[in-house]
Amino acid sequence: MSPLRPDGDDWIFEASGTRWVPVIGLEVHAQLATRTKFLCPCAYEAGAQPNTQVCPVCTGQPGALPQLNAEAIKLAVRAALALGCDVAPRSKFDRKNYFYCDIPKNYQITQYDQPYCTGGGIRLASGRFVRLNRIHLEEDAGKAIHDRGDVTLVDLNRAGVPLIESVTEADLQTPEDAAAYLTALREILIYTGASSADMEKGEFRCDVNISVHPEGEEWRTKVEIKNLNSFSNVQAAIRYEVPRQILAWESPDPADHPVQETRLYDVAAGVTRSMRKKEGEADYRYFPDPDLPPILVPAAFIERQRSLLPELPAARRERYQRDLGLSEYDAGVLTLQRAVADFFEATARLSGQPKEACNWITNELLRALSGDEIEATCIDELRLKPFDLSELLGLLAAGKVGGGAARQIFSLMLTSGRAAGEILVDLGLEQIDDEEQLSEWCREALAGRASVAAEVRAGNLKAIGALMGPVMAASGGKANPTRVRELLLRLIHDAD
Amino acid sequence: MSDWLELDAVAWRARATQGGAALCAGVDASLAAIASLDGQVQAFAVNLADSARERARALAQRLDAGEIPGPLFGVPIALKANMCLEGVETHCGSKLLKGYAPPYSATFVQRVIDAGAIPVGMTHMDEFAMGSSSENSAYETPRNPWDLSRTPGGSSGGSAAAVASCMVPLALGSDTGGSVRQPASFCGLFGLKPSYGRVSRYGLVAFGSSLDAVSPLARSVRDIEQLLFVISGADPRDATCCDLPALEPGSGDPPEATSLRIGVPAEYFGAGIEQGVRETALAALAELKKLGAELVPVDLPHTSYAIPTYYVVATAEASSNLARFDGVAFGQRASGDGSLQGMFAATREAGFGEEVKRRVLLGTYVLSAGYHDKWYGRAQRVRTLLRQDFERAFEKVDLIAGPTSPTTAFRLGERNSDPLAMYQADACTVPTSLAGLPAMSLPVGFTAAADGTQLPVGLQLIAPALEEARILRLAALLERATGAGSQRPPLAAGEFS
Amino acid sequence: MPETPLDILRRTAQLARLELTDEELARLAPQFQAILEHFEVLSSLDLGGVEATLAATELEDVKRADDPAAGIERSALLRGAPDPRDGYLAVPKTIGAAPRTNAGGGS
Repeated sequence: MSPLRPDGDDWIFEASGTRWVPVIGLEVHAQLATRTKFLCPCAYEAGAQPNTQVCPVCTGQPGALPQLNAEAIKLAVRAALALGCDVAPRSKFDRKNYFYCDIPKNYQITQYDQPYCTGGGIRLASGRFVRLNRIHLEEDAGKAIHDRGDVTLVDLNRAGVPLIESVTEADLQTPEDAAAYLTALREILIYTGASSADMEKGEFRCDVNISVHPEGEEWRTKVEIKNLNSFSNVQAAIRYEVPRQILAWESPDPADHPVQETRLYDVAAGVTRSMRKKEGEADYRYFPDPDLPPILVPAAFIERQRSLLPELPAARRERYQRDLGLSEYDAGVLTLQRAVADFFEATARLSGQPKEACNWITNELLRALSGDEIEATCIDELRLKPFDLSELLGLLAAGKVGGGAARQIFSLMLTSGRAAGEILVDLGLEQIDDEEQLSEWCREALAGRASVAAEVRAGNLKAIGALMGPVMAASGGKANPTRVRELLLRLIHDAD
Repeated sequence: MSDWLELDAVAWRARATQGGAALCAGVDASLAAIASLDGQVQAFAVNLADSARERARALAQRLDAGEIPGPLFGVPIALKANMCLEGVETHCGSKLLKGYAPPYSATFVQRVIDAGAIPVGMTHMDEFAMGSSSENSAYETPRNPWDLSRTPGGSSGGSAAAVASCMVPLALGSDTGGSVRQPASFCGLFGLKPSYGRVSRYGLVAFGSSLDAVSPLARSVRDIEQLLFVISGADPRDATCCDLPALEPGSGDPPEATSLRIGVPAEYFGAGIEQGVRETALAALAELKKLGAELVPVDLPHTSYAIPTYYVVATAEASSNLARFDGVAFGQRASGDGSLQGMFAATREAGFGEEVKRRVLLGTYVLSAGYHDKWYGRAQRVRTLLRQDFERAFEKVDLIAGPTSPTTAFRLGERNSDPLAMYQADACTVPTSLAGLPAMSLPVGFTAAADGTQLPVGLQLIAPALEEARILRLAALLERATGAGSQRPPLAAGEFS
Repeated sequence: MPETPLDILRRTAQLARLELTDEELARLAPQFQAILEHFEVLSSLDLGGVEATLAATELEDVKRADDPAAGIERSALLRGAPDPRDGYLAVPKTIGAAPRTNAGGGS
C-alpha cells in the first residue's frame, strides 16, 4: 500500500506540495426481479444447470426476434421514481454491436441516446447528494467461464435477463461515500421490489470510475475498475487506486501517467491490474433496433406507479426514531430489509408496544433466523406472523407470562407455528398470581431466614433476592416475581 | 397423375379434399415432378419428400376421419432456405450455416402447416438473401424454367423456379428490396410483398430487419390471396407485426375498375428500362384503361436516391443481424489463430461468400464512428423523403403501376463482375421496400430477348400501407380479362398429362 | 493523415470480424470505393427539417406479459453447436472480461 494518506475526512491527498482530489463515479447493473427474461419468455433463476433456461431468442438463433417484457418496464419505472428521476414519456432501444462469446447475437439490446430516465439521485447520510446521470434498460450477457481447462465455457442462462444500468455523475470522493451510495441504492431497489439485488447471485454489480486531479485544476484521465463483487471490495479498490494514480501522475516520466483503461480488482492481492488499454475509441456502431418499436410511459402510468411506491428506508428510519422512540441503531437494523420493517410495523400496530416489538424482533427473531434451529432464513418464510408476536407481547404486558417463559413460548411458536396462548396453557406456563398460594410460599421462605428479613428491614432491599429464590423454586418458576416481591416486603414489614 | 401439376393451390385443395387417397396422390405428383425436373431447374436445396409423404398420410387420415380441411389443405409448398422449420436444414445459401437445423419453427411456417399445406422442400437462394440472381450461393444455382441458361432472379430464385416449373403450386420467398417481386417478374408469376408488419417475421432469418417481408409466390391471384390470409395477422413473437386481423380472401373482389385511379410515375419508365419491358408494361396499362381505370401521371421525385438509401439501410442492419454467425452456438467454425476473436474472424472469413462480405463491410462502415451521420443518419432521413413521395402520390391515386424490373431474366454469369450494376437492377422495387408499402409483381406478357427467347415481363402494382386488397382486386381483374399468368414454360408443360 | 480507402477497408473488416486476405482486400477496395462514390449523391440532398425514419411501422409500446413459456431443451441447443462440452458451449480460451465498457453516454 502506498505511503500516501488522505488529509482529513474529505479525502484530499497531500503529495510533494500538491493537493490531489479524487473524483469517483459509479455504474451499477441491477437485475430486475421479473419472472421471465427481458426479451423472451424464459424463466430465469441463478444457479440452474448451464444452458437449461434458454429459447431461440436468448440464444440468438437466426430468425428469432425480441419480445419486450412489460414487467421489466414497470419495475424500472418504479426504481426510477424512487430515485427521483425524470421518466421519459417515450424512449427507444438500440443495438450496441461488439463481438464476444457471451452475447449470442453479438449485439446487446440497450438504450443509447434515449434512456428511459434521467436525473435523480441519492442523498447520503453524510449530507452529500450523489446525482444520477441516467438509468437505462438493457439485456444481460450470458456467462463465460474461464477457469475450467483449456477452453472458455459459455452458459447462456443469464443471457437476456433484464438489467437497469444506473450511472452517477462523478460526485463521490471517498470510499465511504461509495459504500454509502451503493448501500442506499441497493436498499431502494429492494424496497421498491425492482431487484432482489443479491450481490452473491450477481444481481447487483458495480463498476467504479476514478480519476484524480490537483485541487483547482481540470479533471484528468478516468480509469474504470471492474470485478468488484462486494462493497468492501469497492472500498478497497478505491483505497488502492487513488494513491496509485496520484503516484503515477507524480512520476516525471509521462509514460508512467495513468491512461484511459479498464482495470480489474484482484481481491487476493488487493490491487488493481490493467486489463487492456483501449485501442482508440471503442466503436459500438449504435443504431435503433428495428425489431423493437419505441416504448411509451404515459403520465397516468407514472402516477400510478408513484402511488404504489413503499415508504423508503431512510424515511422509515426517521419516523421510527421520531414517532416510535426507537434508537437510531434499532431503526437501522429494522429497516435493513423491507420485510423485517413491514413485520415490525405490523407487530407494533397490533400490540401497541413498538419498543417491545423492536426488542423481540431485533434480539430473538433475527437471531433465530440466522441460526439453524429453524429452517426459515428470511422473515417471509416464518410460520410466526406479526399477529402471533403481538399476542405474546400482550401476555407479557398483562403479566400472564414471565420473561423466561415467554422466550420458551416464542421458540415453540417459531418451530410449531402455534399460538402463544395455546402453548402457554399446554405447558402450564401461566404465571401464578393467586395471593393465597403465593403468601404460603413466602411464609415458608421467611421461616428460618430471620436474618435476611432483618437485613431487608434495615434497608438492604437487594437482600430480598435470597427470599425470592426459594419462592420461585417452590413455584416451579411460575410465580409472578413482581407479586412475590410485593408480598415478601409486606410480610417482612407486617412482622414489625 | 401429373394433371395435378397444372392446378393452382385453390383448385389443388378442392381436389385434395375429396379424400385421403386423392390428397396423397397430389403430393406424390408434386414429388414426382421434383424428381423429374429439379435436376435441371435446381430449385431445391433440401428435399423433404419423406416428411411430406408422412404429413400427407397423417392429413389423409384426419380428413377421412371427418376433420374439416384447412385453407391450404394438401397443397405442396416450397419454402425458401432462410425460413425456420424445426429440425430441417436452413442454410440460407451459406457455407457458414451448412447443416444448421433450427430448434424452432417460424410463425408463418407453422401457420402454413396448420392450414394443411405440405412443405416439400427448402429452396436455393442468394446467400442470406443478398443478390438478384440467386448466384451468390455456396450451393447450386437455380435456373429459370423459361430458359435454363437464365436466372430465375433472386434472391428467392429457387422458390420462383419451383412454382414456375409447376413442381409446386405455391412457395414462400422473402422480399427485402425486391427479392420476391423480381423473381416473380422473371418467371412469369404473381409475387406479393405485403406491407411491412402484415406478416410476422419470427423465424425468417433476418437480412434487413426494417425491410424484410415474407412474401407469397403463386400462379394465380386467388392463391396469393389465400396464402397471404394464412400467414398474416398479429404475432406476439414479432413486435413489429401489426395487430390487424388477417386479410380475408375475397375482400379484394369487386368486379370493376371504373372507380380506380392508377398513378403512373415517369421515374419508373425512364432510362435503364429495356424497350421490351417498357412496351409490355405500357400495354398492360392500356389494358387497365380499357377496363375503366383512370391513368394519372404522378411524381416520385426522390426515386433516384432509393438505391443508395436502400443499400445503406439494408447493409447497416445486415451487418448487425449477421454478427451472430460467429461459430459459437451454431453453424460451422474455423479455428483461426486459436484466440476467440481470431476464431470469429476465421469463421466468418471462411463461411461468408463475397457478396455477403461486401455488404457486411459496407454496413459496418456506414455505422462506424465518424461516418455514421454522413451515411446511416442521412439515409434514414432520405428514407423519410421517399415515404413522403408515396404519401403525396396516394393523395391523388389509388394505386401506382410500373415495371417490376428494368429487364427480363438475364443470363447466368452475365452480371457477376459488377456489384454496382447489379444493385441498379433493384431500382423499381426498393422504393416500396423503404416505404413499407405492399407491392405485387404480376405477369403481363412476354418480350423477346436478343436471342429470340420469349421471356416474361412483370408489372408492379403498389398500394398504400395495409391496402393489399386494392392490389389483389385489380390484379384479379387483369388476370380475368387478359389471362395474365396462364402460360406455362414448355419444360413444365411436358410434365402435364 | 487521412485514411486511405485501403486503411478504411482494413479497419472496417477488423470491426466486422472479417479476416480478409490481401488478395480480397485488393479486389474489394476499388469496388467499395466505387459504391461509396456512387452513393455520395445522398450528400447532395438538403435534409433540413427532415426527420429520420427509425422504424418501418408506426407501432409503439408493444409489450408482452411477464408469463413464462417453455424454451428449448439444452440438447436441442447443443445439437447444432460446433463444440458442446458438459452442457456448455466451448470456445477458444479467452482471458479476462469482455472487450467492452458499459453502455451509454453517461459519466
